[in-house]
Amino acid sequence: MTDRLIPRDRASHPVLTIPEYRSSVRRAPTQPLLSMGSTPAEEHGPRFGHSLIGPLDNNLILNWTRGDAQALGERILIHGRITDQHGRGVPDALIEIWQANGAGRYRHVKDGYHAPLDPNFGGCGRTITDEAGGYSFMTIRPGAYPWPNRPNDWRPMHVHFSVFGHAFGQRLVTQMYFEGDPLIDRCPIVATIQDRSQIDRLVAPLDMAAAKSMDYLAYKFDIVLRGKRQTRFENRLEGL
Amino acid sequence: MTQTPPLLRETPAQTSGPYLHIGCLPVTNGLSHVYDTPLPIEAAHAGAKGEWITLQGSVFDGAGDVLLDAMLESWQADAAGLYPGQAGADPAVSGFARFASDGETGAFSMRTIKPSATQGPDGARYAPHLALWIVARGITAGLNTRIYFADADNADDPVLSQIADPARAQTLLAQPLGEGAYRFDIHLQGDSETVFLDI
Repeated sequence: MTDRLIPRDRASHPVLTIPEYRSSVRRAPTQPLLSMGSTPAEEHGPRFGHSLIGPLDNNLILNWTRGDAQALGERILIHGRITDQHGRGVPDALIEIWQANGAGRYRHVKDGYHAPLDPNFGGCGRTITDEAGGYSFMTIRPGAYPWPNRPNDWRPMHVHFSVFGHAFGQRLVTQMYFEGDPLIDRCPIVATIQDRSQIDRLVAPLDMAAAKSMDYLAYKFDIVLRGKRQTRFENRLEGL
Repeated sequence: MTQTPPLLRETPAQTSGPYLHIGCLPVTNGLSHVYDTPLPIEAAHAGAKGEWITLQGSVFDGAGDVLLDAMLESWQADAAGLYPGQAGADPAVSGFARFASDGETGAFSMRTIKPSATQGPDGARYAPHLALWIVARGITAGLNTRIYFADADNADDPVLSQIADPARAQTLLAQPLGEGAYRFDIHLQGDSETVFLDI
């Protein structure tokens, strides 16, 4: 038994292209998207079990060296909760993240930036949400870096997030930014989101309540996935 | 009657950027030792019922150049038209595949079993298809489309039948190459622009 997904509000999302983000110009569809209600293909989806996750998978400070040495940089905790559009926690949701190291360099064959690789940092992590939709990662704050776009464009500090809900139609890839970063408002990738209040959703606030004295700072990043339509059945709400 | 609280807005997407392989395909991109158990990214396993097929193609931009950094995910039913999790579904079919454009040639290839037609709770019949989701640098939010099969019975499919222009509907049909191979190219722009779905 599945329920229809709530239609995507396209105004919540980036536009397909803006000229300031050069790569989007030739990669954005020009025809309107064919819009229709969800079908079984979108309402089912892959599920991943907690047995997939090893003890260091969500610790980017340690997982590259298998715990032998720590990555360089400012130690941070990123934590939050995944909910649906009804505000209910999404348990068992797979989250994969990737990021540049503390100097702004990715461990990727095609990243040619001359900032150094950190021998103790790989840059990937993953976890699966708990029963309430909660998750956390230990990592280092990624560095900002220049990229080939307009002259002297710099990406704000960011962590890439890939999220699975329970339905393929909930699939989401996004980026988390850091409160107070002056590069956010100069970034054309950020500017593909034209609703300011939606940009703010991606800017994780400093969360001193979750920081640990003499150890790490914390940032809180909550994520909302598409929900399912609620149907009334014998006076109670059905759905995800 | 209780009042329904307002819906939360979905978190906005952002582009995956060009380095998504680090997080999503670490095993084949130099980060293989980080996780003890790799993510299962094959849609079907040995013993799966049905016809094994290979889907191959490339993703093209508006200049006709192939993307070297695209990642694709597919989701499908089994040879009985059941999705994993549904009663009676083939346990050897995970339904989910993740694959990428080759970093040098742009070609992708994935092997699976051919799905059968599926049925919605409302009785609608969906012709055999895979849901497909594509991300890359320059794609601001993941693009959804579908792979149907040119040699299948596609009559009255609720999605294909909504595409008014038959030439555009063709962009969703994988073309048989023989011996279980199918070609499915994706064109982000241009005369053959693929139909993308808001679904």
